[in-house]
Amino acid sequence: MGVDLDGLSFAIDGTLIVRDFSASLPTGSVTGLLGPNGAGKSTLLRLVAGIDRADAGTVTLDGVSIGSLTRQEAARRIALLEQNAAPSVELTVLDVVLLGRIPHRTRLMGSFGGDDDRVVAIDALQAVGAAELADRCWQTLSGGQQQRVQIARAMAQQPKLLLLDEPTNHLDVSAQLALLGQVRALGVTAIMALHDLNLAAAYCDQILLLDGGRLVAAGTPDEVLTPEIIGAVYGVDCFILQHPRGGHPVIVYSSATSKGAS
Amino acid sequence: MTRARYLGWLVMATVTLALVCGVAVTIGPAAVSLAQVAGSIGGHLGIPTDAPVSLLVDSIVWQLRLPRVLTAALVGAGLALSGAVMQSVTRNPLADPYLLGLSSGASVGAVCVVILGIGFALPVAAFLGALLALVATLSIARVGGTITPVRAVLAGLAIAQLAGALTSFIIFWAAKGDSYREILNWLLGSVAGATWQSVAIAASGVAVVGTGILLSATRLDAFAFGDTSAASLGINVNRTRWALLGAVALLTGAMVAVSGSIGFVGLILPHLVRGISGPGHRRLLPLVSVCGALFLVIADTLARTVFDPRELPVGIITAFIGVPVFILLIKRKKSHLWA
Repeated sequence: MGVDLDGLSFAIDGTLIVRDFSASLPTGSVTGLLGPNGAGKSTLLRLVAGIDRADAGTVTLDGVSIGSLTRQEAARRIALLEQNAAPSVELTVLDVVLLGRIPHRTRLMGSFGGDDDRVVAIDALQAVGAAELADRCWQTLSGGQQQRVQIARAMAQQPKLLLLDEPTNHLDVSAQLALLGQVRALGVTAIMALHDLNLAAAYCDQILLLDGGRLVAAGTPDEVLTPEIIGAVYGVDCFILQHPRGGHPVIVYSSATSKGAS
Repeated sequence: MTRARYLGWLVMATVTLALVCGVAVTIGPAAVSLAQVAGSIGGHLGIPTDAPVSLLVDSIVWQLRLPRVLTAALVGAGLALSGAVMQSVTRNPLADPYLLGLSSGASVGAVCVVILGIGFALPVAAFLGALLALVATLSIARVGGTITPVRAVLAGLAIAQLAGALTSFIIFWAAKGDSYREILNWLLGSVAGATWQSVAIAASGVAVVGTGILLSATRLDAFAFGDTSAASLGINVNRTRWALLGAVALLTGAMVAVSGSIGFVGLILPHLVRGISGPGHRRLLPLVSVCGALFLVIADTLARTVFDPRELPVGIITAFIGVPVFILLIKRKKSHLWA
């Protein structure tokens, strides 16, 4: 079953941000959403999460249309990690992870009780290897730790679909690799918007390439990440090598000057 | 903090509040003992007590001091709750009914009823004033779809100035008797004239709106990382925010109707109490209401005793305590909140 996006369109003030977008993601797969700045990646993630309602088209998760769900029902199925989120008050790591339990509380009396929530939250922290951070203040964490805690928060939501908007932004190389490895290890169907084509090639089962709100290429990293397609969308020259260990494509860019020299 | 320790704090604060209220009733020009206070209250509630209370003492306790102390407690609780809710749903550490102009707007509504005799119920008029001020402040502060904390405070300042001028204007225009004192009581806030009717208005506000807010504690938590995050946690962001801000306007209206615009309670109490309860609203809200009540009872007792026989509006005391804390907040908070 998995996730089916069918003919999604979305406009803001008359400008189409996403145009007639269709794709199908198998259960348990990790999908990379690529495209230049302003291609519509974040907007598409918001549509899939059901936070913005598409003007046309449907999102179907395991046969259920997201449009037919209440916000709370959608939140029990789909977790979204935003870019650069920062809290307005001082929170401990455990407080942050417990936020993920909110969709699972009942509307009226949900403000009370919640011992199970703690257990789920601590399990989630353990799953991302951050159990020892539980009592730390969120503001004192490194960028990589914050993202790891955000993933634990998303896992505490127990979603069927995990959406990540540029999760590797501002992280150093080792934190980037650790984070994406973690996402893969979770085994949850995931869609992540990424800027780094090499990370996408290494960690994604399939790639959706957006340009101007339109899907311009879809398929495995080998199929999508070719010099022709990358050149057409990003306007850069590049070579594709094969990773000596993983066998996945490695993109090597040639800058304008080196191109002139060759 | 464990649940037991939190409950310990809550019980301790509540017991302290009860004791402080009792002691506050004994304080004043005429000496009254705690036993007499208990005797008077017992007599009115139909609980037999062994110490009969003289008629004079009884009327001092039951007609003058008790309504005033209870009103101060309820207003303190209501204002502290309002501040906690506003700080969450606007993600603004400086949000409070006073700084964002709600209290001043409510004063205009209340003064219209009290001075001009316009045919509205007092709390309804104050609520409408608070709501109008809230909408005005947020629309002025909104630029390009976002409201920064600093713009909200500046817009609130403008609205508060305008509403304060309107309040003063209305009182002067209808001037009869001691209008200066009247103006000061509305602008600075005072519970000097509290009656059992004030207690009833404040109590219904705190009970009805407070219950609603308490049941929304989880939703208030969800705003910690902003609107998108709240939405992805299943919150209907706009509906929830406006419902809660409407509730705050209602609560502020009820508080201002009985006490004028008392500042800084809603601003500082949530910050102080978060240090004990943590940021979760399930724990913050009950403790902040009790502490707000405690704070205002003490402030009002100081207001009527420190310069005895002169009496200060309680808002002067809360400002003396609140402004230094406000300055600390300005100095302390991380830069991204001020963008």
